[in-house]
Amino acid sequence: MCDTCGCSSEAGAVLRKPGDTSFHFHVIQSSSGDDTHHHGEVHTHESNSRKIVIEQDVLLKNNLLAERNRGYFEAKNILALNFLSSPGSGKTTLLEKIIPSIQLHIPVAVIEGDQQTTNDAERIQALGIPVIQVNTGSGCHLDALMINRAMKELKLQDNSLLCIENVGNLVCPAMFDLGEALKVVIISTTEGDDKPLKYPNMFHEADICILNKIDLLPYVDFDTQKCRANAMRINHHLKWFEVSAKTGKGLDAWQEWLENRLTSH
Amino acid sequence: MSIALSILEAVEAKAHNESFGKISQIDLLIGKLAGIEPESLQFCFSAAAKGSIAESAVLAIDEPEGIGECADCGKRFPVSFYYAECTSCRSLRIRIVSGEEFRIQSMTIEKEEE
Repeated sequence: MCDTCGCSSEAGAVLRKPGDTSFHFHVIQSSSGDDTHHHGEVHTHESNSRKIVIEQDVLLKNNLLAERNRGYFEAKNILALNFLSSPGSGKTTLLEKIIPSIQLHIPVAVIEGDQQTTNDAERIQALGIPVIQVNTGSGCHLDALMINRAMKELKLQDNSLLCIENVGNLVCPAMFDLGEALKVVIISTTEGDDKPLKYPNMFHEADICILNKIDLLPYVDFDTQKCRANAMRINHHLKWFEVSAKTGKGLDAWQEWLENRLTSH
Repeated sequence: MSIALSILEAVEAKAHNESFGKISQIDLLIGKLAGIEPESLQFCFSAAAKGSIAESAVLAIDEPEGIGECADCGKRFPVSFYYAECTSCRSLRIRIVSGEEFRIQSMTIEKEEE
């Protein structure tokens, strides 16, 4: 009896890699044309097809690389934040507003993710901040390999802050670990207050939620309390901030929290 | 799309170790809460696998239901979403115990015509 999948292994070989317990190939003979795997049955040997048990997380490769990135950040005492939102909710503006004052005490670097253009990277570079733009082409998210390459290019300093601005998308980026310490999800008041319910995976994965564009609240049908309650239902550990990156309202609280985190980091 | 490609990459790597030919079936486990739409994955996979040994592979997808466990009374019950209320004590402290799986379970490979 195989301890991994519970299959009766009398009729099939189990391939293992020495010293690697996570890989487990279970070679099972099955009669031709029979494509279902019957546990506990004796599998025939004269076959044209066979089933190989893989039992591997689909995102294994990304997750392993993300852990390497995480180890690098930890060793160099770098706080890496992954900023996630829909397109146009104000990720870049938010970075532009908070980075200059943080940079007075702690070195900051930025990785910008977009399908095309270096527009966002140019905005960050204008602040004199080291920045790398990752253009994902047809890709809808950043992955751990892109971050791995980008961080080597950036020559990150010890005891610094790394802001990773993901591709504007509330779906796929939630699934790809980059090695960051925290995920920061940003929504704006021009979006629906049911956004957390519509994209629950993102809010479930996030550590911090920033509601941006609160200066527009008088002009839009956005119920802040309802949005916050929706977000908390998905993830009650979520740290919540309300800001206007444009007017600067509420940025103090978020910045204070971030600086505390950086000094205790 | 990149998910379809990671599946392809993983099965190709495994098939490489085997002397058998084409991949006819790939068994996936995708929990109902994993955030993956099996239909779009099927669609992307057929595009991604074109010209590869998995070109004609069927994706057999098993979708386990979400199951939550109440942290207060320990009751287990089906959940279809990340937020849930315990069906017996109405607590909101629910831990998801199943439904977030996203794994490649196995693949079937066919012997090449001789």
